[in-house]
Amino acid sequence: MPPLLTVTHLTKHYGPIRACDRISFSLYPGQVLGIIGESGSGKSTLLSCLAGHLPPDEGEVIYHSREGNLLDLRTIPEAKCRTLMRTEWGFVHQNPRDGLRLSVSAGANIGERLMNVGARHYGQIRGEAQHWLEQVEIDCDRIDDFPKTFSGGMQQRLQLARVLVTQPRLVLMDEPTGGLDVSVQARLLDLMRSLVRNLNLSVILVTHDIGVVRLLAHRLMVMQHGQVVEQGLTDQVLDDPQHPYTQQLVNATLVP
Amino acid sequence: MMITQFTPSTAPPPHLSTEVRLHAEALGKTFTLHTQGGVRLPVLDGVSLTVKAGECVALTGASGSGKSTLMRSLYGNYRVDSGSIWVRHEGTWVDLPQLQPHELIAVRQKTIGYVSQFLRVIPRVPALEVAAEPLLELGVAPETALDTVRQLFERLNLPKRLWHLSPTTFSGGEKQRVNIARAFAVGYPVLLLDEPTSALDATNRQVVMQLIEERKAAGCALVGIFHDEDVRKQVCSRELMFERQN
Repeated sequence: MPPLLTVTHLTKHYGPIRACDRISFSLYPGQVLGIIGESGSGKSTLLSCLAGHLPPDEGEVIYHSREGNLLDLRTIPEAKCRTLMRTEWGFVHQNPRDGLRLSVSAGANIGERLMNVGARHYGQIRGEAQHWLEQVEIDCDRIDDFPKTFSGGMQQRLQLARVLVTQPRLVLMDEPTGGLDVSVQARLLDLMRSLVRNLNLSVILVTHDIGVVRLLAHRLMVMQHGQVVEQGLTDQVLDDPQHPYTQQLVNATLVP
Repeated sequence: MMITQFTPSTAPPPHLSTEVRLHAEALGKTFTLHTQGGVRLPVLDGVSLTVKAGECVALTGASGSGKSTLMRSLYGNYRVDSGSIWVRHEGTWVDLPQLQPHELIAVRQKTIGYVSQFLRVIPRVPALEVAAEPLLELGVAPETALDTVRQLFERLNLPKRLWHLSPTTFSGGEKQRVNIARAFAVGYPVLLLDEPTSALDATNRQVVMQLIEERKAAGCALVGIFHDEDVRKQVCSRELMFERQN
């Protein structure tokens, strides 16, 4: 089985600072890749470059599309890239308000992504919206409510539904549990875990929370100063950390 | 979850008899504690072990002698500094330290099972599903997977009222039985057992010993750490003795 995404020597500078320094990895279907590192390590920049929010300076990002084509994301036309981001890819922001439209209903938030790819039948769109609300454990009675009346955890689940409705193959997540209470976090993590398995999603998950990667990620990359300092299966990196920075990170984690 | 094509190993497989399932050779592992002044702890130095189908080998020795480190290395949880760990995976020899992460995931799904002392529980996921997860990941139909687990739960005398609860609040012995069911539900050709009976009463210890015998009869190669001497003597045919390091 070929990798879904192959990243080679991806580099991004901010002036003299190398935010991402020759990052390379392959992601396989159904895998969750966690990226951990402290603030300023370059993990969010990497995610933004992959999502097309920022142009990388150097390197290659090859995506294996649903139709079986190998697409070089730096050279395909911008329109094609935008279509990909709306269909086969999804992005989950740390702050749900960045990923949702607060002035339209929950149902419309989910339906919008479908309409962007050509869905027009109102009944079908509403049906899909209901289905995805159920999948993320939001009461269907709330379909016509505005997201601003939702709690933080619900908003985050709504954002997930909005992304998943087009059945993406690759979901990029930036600190998806960042601003949530611990109990709300646990529910969201568990939900994401079952969605990943049931939908065979591939996920790139950026976080600074070791508990989150332990639960969700098959593989882990540790970043410091724009470089990948250690990588492996999640249990290898966390149980047998070898780089001084990873050891510091693991040792600093409180185990309840 | 995935079907994987393996990258060819950089060294040819060793000449081993067809009965061998696991062959670890000259393993070396030193821990360097960077946060504690760079102290170096050599734990494994030239350890070798060969296990055939139908055998159960016990790792013995004082605590701190490296038994668990070897066990975790055989699962690819600890990454060895030197040596090779050859495992027969779907008819071909693979060397664990040389595998790509996604290849190791496939080896763990199909070939090597591991019963750790502790169950990593996920809040909200019921015991039945926790134990059925490895089968589900292999693509076994949910009803078949759950049936297999139910039978094991019954044999292990896990009270029915617990089956649909998350093991978060289970006692040590209950969690351990969920863990055992999880690993024995899949017919792994290689099974690693890290004190599988430490929290069990005599009755359930007997059940686990019976399960081990059944796996041996089915041609599984087992490696175990058993603090209970009776269990060890009954199920193990050989011992690999670790000496305490100074």
